[in-house]
Amino acid sequence: MSEDRTNGYKSGSRLERLLKAGHFAVTAELGPPQSADGEVIRKKAAQLKGYCDAVNITDNQTAIVRMSSIGAGTIVVQEGLEPIIQMTCRDRNRLAIQSDLMGAYALGMRNVLCLTGDHQSFGNHPTAKNVHDLDSLQLVQMVVKLRDEHQFQCGDEVKGIEPRFFVGAAANPFGDPFEWRPYRLAKKVQAGANFIQTQLIYNVPRFEEYMAKVRELGLHEKVYILAGIGPLKSPGMARYMRDQVPGLDVPNEFVDRMTAAAAGIDKEDKKARSQAWRQEGIRVAIELIEQMKEIEGVAGVHIMAIEWEKAVKPIVEGAGLYPRPEPEALPSAPASEE
Amino acid sequence: MIIAEQKPLEEIRGLIGEAEKVLVVGCGTCVTVCFAGGEKEAGILATSLRMASKLEGRPKEVTHTTVQRQCEWEYIDPLRDQIAQVDAVLSIGCGIGVQALAERFPEAIVLPGLNTTFLGLPVEQGIWEERCAACGSCILGLTGGICPIARCAKQLLNGPCGGSQNGVCEINPDTPCAWQLIYDRLKAQGRLHLLMEIQPAKDWSTSRDGGPRKITREDLRLQAEQSE
Repeated sequence: MSEDRTNGYKSGSRLERLLKAGHFAVTAELGPPQSADGEVIRKKAAQLKGYCDAVNITDNQTAIVRMSSIGAGTIVVQEGLEPIIQMTCRDRNRLAIQSDLMGAYALGMRNVLCLTGDHQSFGNHPTAKNVHDLDSLQLVQMVVKLRDEHQFQCGDEVKGIEPRFFVGAAANPFGDPFEWRPYRLAKKVQAGANFIQTQLIYNVPRFEEYMAKVRELGLHEKVYILAGIGPLKSPGMARYMRDQVPGLDVPNEFVDRMTAAAAGIDKEDKKARSQAWRQEGIRVAIELIEQMKEIEGVAGVHIMAIEWEKAVKPIVEGAGLYPRPEPEALPSAPASEE
Repeated sequence: MIIAEQKPLEEIRGLIGEAEKVLVVGCGTCVTVCFAGGEKEAGILATSLRMASKLEGRPKEVTHTTVQRQCEWEYIDPLRDQIAQVDAVLSIGCGIGVQALAERFPEAIVLPGLNTTFLGLPVEQGIWEERCAACGSCILGLTGGICPIARCAKQLLNGPCGGSQNGVCEINPDTPCAWQLIYDRLKAQGRLHLLMEIQPAKDWSTSRDGGPRKITREDLRLQAEQSE
């Protein structure tokens, strides 16, 4: 068993086929609810369907308990949208991750994003024990080994069909030490990552500097890099992200632009102010995407409209990325050896 | 050394409960050096407990003693008579000291007066920091002498994560990012190539994950024990 089953593709996911065909990819994000309500997922999926090629399903994002990414991903598959399952090392050890990924594959999931995970002290169970049996690089290695070597992490053979995922990893171009970040990306590529989704980008010149180094290392030819785009909802959100979120780089001009967006609107008219801000946030996101398209080595964008999935449609349309291309059909796999 | 800190007095009083006669046992090693459970602290704690019980109208008889090392039988064996005379023993040694007393004197009620916090050192007067997680498989040779298992909030072996900014960890601005420290030291030593190697998944079986640990050194065992 091998890539025969996926006709030469790693997993044959829609995202992989589009990227391989050279399309500028669009992924979005779908945050599962803090409840067991599958309707929430269906509603969000309906807002995103047709406007992105695949959608990330977060895994207890910011360490707040939510419906599982695989559970929510199953609903997303049923709704005809392609999920990217986020998998963190915070809540599961190597046994749990492998068994969950086999389950996810059996349920039709074909992309996985390997993450370390936000520390539990940020979330709603700060007294929890964390796992961190593996780190994100070792997780990438494990998922690649399952697929390419048909082996579990321990070296035992997979007894039958192996889970075949298009393997993603995250990169933060703005974390410190800044000059080390391209090399850390190189390590993720070496571990076997097929695509990368970056942290939110606002400081474009700094990102360009990062990408110049990435190209110098030849990484853009080995991995598909999707640039992180996040529409701002308000000046408060911009300030919070600038001042409070470690690893984010939000230049002052974005705070100023968001503030100016509601200038002249009566302070009491909260609805009108919020609407003006959101429109500006969408405009900013579109401009950022236009800039990303110009950077050599950026293979697409990852739009993180957190709890604002509705924003994806106007952003994708505004950036001239609608309609989304159809990938080449995956020829049916050759008959099983058995 | 082992770093510990005293439990709140109210919690200790709750643990002692109705016991009338209490022996506070200090330890002269690690917890003396970190000012948590030495001779001086044993005396102060015994006095505090006596005063508090007196104020409550039910005075307790609280005495104290300190041994050189609570974690070795030969130092705690001489306490046998004193322990036999009390209702409860309050150990202000580390968790090892508490268990050594409980193991050696199984009939006694042994209570912990400290929370054993970590293996570390005083970085300056009054400030202690964790340095070792006793994982049983030391990688300090690869990380410039800085341990990411003990000092990275996520125990990364291929750090730093995206939350490292301005040299500090995302979980707390008072916590230096271990991987920034590792990077800086290896860079200064011209050994950054060490970080380009992907560190494989760690074998945690030598750590606490492998179950309670034990070392047997046949070369050091006494003849009589060997023949058992």
